[in-house]
Amino acid sequence: MDIVNLLRNLSQASGISGYETEVRDIVRQALEPFADEFRVDTMGNLIATKRGRTPAGAPRRSIMLAGHMDEIGLIVKDIKDGYPRVTDVGGIDHRTLLGQEVIVHGKRKLPGVIGSRPPHVLAPSDYEKPVPWDMLFIDTGLPEESLREVVQVGDLVTLRREFLELSEGYVSGKTFDDRAGVASLAVCLEMLAAMNHTWDVHAVSTIQEETGLKGATVAAFGLSPDIGIAVDVGFGAQPGVSPEESIKMNEGPAMAIGPNVHPLMQARLAETASKYEIPMQKEIIPGGSGTDGWAIQVARCGVPTAVLSIPLRYMHTSVETLNVKDVERTGRLMAMFISGLDEAFASQLGL
Amino acid sequence: MLLKELSEARGVSGNESAVRELLLKNLDGVIDEHRVDALGNLICLKRAKLPAATGAPRTVMVAAHMDEVGFIISGYNSDGTLKYERVGGIDKRMLLSKPVLVGEKAVPGVIGFRPIHLIGRAGTEKVADISQTAIDIGASGKEAAAKLVQPGDYVTFRTSFEVLSEDGLRAAKGKALDDRVGCAELVEVLKGDYAFDLYGVFTTQEEVGLRGARVAGYRVNPDVAIALEGTVCDDLPKERDRDVSPVTELGKGPAITFRDGSVICDRRLVKLLADTAEAEGIPYQYKRGAVGGTDAGAMHLVREGVPSVVLSVPCRYIHAPVSVLSLNDFENAIKLLRAALTKLEGGLDA
Repeated sequence: MDIVNLLRNLSQASGISGYETEVRDIVRQALEPFADEFRVDTMGNLIATKRGRTPAGAPRRSIMLAGHMDEIGLIVKDIKDGYPRVTDVGGIDHRTLLGQEVIVHGKRKLPGVIGSRPPHVLAPSDYEKPVPWDMLFIDTGLPEESLREVVQVGDLVTLRREFLELSEGYVSGKTFDDRAGVASLAVCLEMLAAMNHTWDVHAVSTIQEETGLKGATVAAFGLSPDIGIAVDVGFGAQPGVSPEESIKMNEGPAMAIGPNVHPLMQARLAETASKYEIPMQKEIIPGGSGTDGWAIQVARCGVPTAVLSIPLRYMHTSVETLNVKDVERTGRLMAMFISGLDEAFASQLGL
Repeated sequence: MLLKELSEARGVSGNESAVRELLLKNLDGVIDEHRVDALGNLICLKRAKLPAATGAPRTVMVAAHMDEVGFIISGYNSDGTLKYERVGGIDKRMLLSKPVLVGEKAVPGVIGFRPIHLIGRAGTEKVADISQTAIDIGASGKEAAAKLVQPGDYVTFRTSFEVLSEDGLRAAKGKALDDRVGCAELVEVLKGDYAFDLYGVFTTQEEVGLRGARVAGYRVNPDVAIALEGTVCDDLPKERDRDVSPVTELGKGPAITFRDGSVICDRRLVKLLADTAEAEGIPYQYKRGAVGGTDAGAMHLVREGVPSVVLSVPCRYIHAPVSVLSLNDFENAIKLLRAALTKLEGGLDA
């Protein structure tokens, strides 16, 4: 699989929380060759199922994998002085928005620029104060009258960023959080196509994670899986972030350790990584992981869950940066883990 | 489109050669002579092709600057990211979350920042200092970075040129429109025939103190000088308690400067431009607000002084990663300048 190309396509697709249709089509194309069945549920989750070869007489078991396809973005809250004004959907540091390019999803897609006043007209004190949310505006180059024919309050605005290949396998772009997780699901399913596995695999590209784990909540109820793994991104080591706050770049996914993770899932993942020499790190998460795993764990009667984090720099900006090898490793780790699932493990878990 | 190529060419002050080469390629067969001087200025001569009237200027210099604001690499961090400094006036609030290109080989990189999750909303009320940011090229350490990038490498924003709307103001976006728009105009103007020697000078180091125009002006020793600029356009939403001029407005025609931060323009030349625009029915505006410096600031003080003026295309968001101009203004600036140069052949009124 050309992971770089997949990430590029996923990254450049639009899909703000609640409006994931465009990206869902891209995900579906990517997973098409590897899944037996597809279903889009009531909320919009894309469920790609790859059936396992259940031995005769054994119960049918399943694992749910989750990566969220929604992205953070902006929404038009007003058109004032001739320019759309915005607020964020999901958490965005408004200081990263000045001088950015965007797409306004009005009646048609309008390219635009988040403007700023030039230094020539600013006072020295202006530089010491970030431009507040209510002074950020989008310039589409259209006069107000034409603008109002295309754009209205409630229209969504995505950050516009061309995918960029850096050196040493690093890539940069928007919304790798969590399209990288979705890409790792594709890697996993592709590998499983050439392997034996007895459990059914539901690879779920979830919706509305950024606004409260909504998609995973209903998907986990609907699928009622035996176990689950959520793949999201974790704070990668970067300038301005301490080692205590971060995981290392290019050293494999980080497995969460804490209340969100079932101890046996954790042990089995660690064994798998070690057995197949897949680099993996550990990340202590003392409470809510803020990932789909947090919702999956408490679906119905409860689901033994694990959480994997792909190391990512500059989270929730348009220049999120990761190493492609970490995406591959995450997918491979899950595939190896799944190929090892059997009734012995199920009984250990008390399933 | 030459304006697109110029906008996407990379040339931070002190390192304008890529822009110069692009211009030379487009001036082939247009100019009679050219030279590159000690500061890197590209000085092009289009000899007088028409008979001159008595008292008319014999040598006219029209200048547009090739350089753009950007950054320069100042060192490595141990994690392989790069330290950098600004070249020219860039608002430090403009740095976060921007893609850039580093050095001659255009190594791609990004200026990232601490994630909001680790900052919290309250933390976003403070401006980030340049020292809290770094350029990330994906190098795993200092040695890996050193193979790709050296201290002293120049850095530009990575922005593509694009027409935003084909009708109305015909807005287009791109980087370095200050002053590649002037360069594009000057190429067009050099294609005309005039009754005086026209020196089209593509200058260097304007953004760090009008350096190129000063020495080029000395060499050319013109009778009249005109600077072409992409200038401040602040027709934008402002905080309510601030009553300031828009300086210029997008789509209302090229802007004639009577005064900026570096020069009081020659009143005869200001009148020439305005009268020409009126006579030709070309929309124009005055630049209101004496902000910014231009090559005219250097040229008007050359030797014993040179009557000078500035003609600008309004550009929103200059000195930012992406600026916006109106192609109507750009085309009208070319029209106005060519007509004014033709009128200048009769000489300046007293």
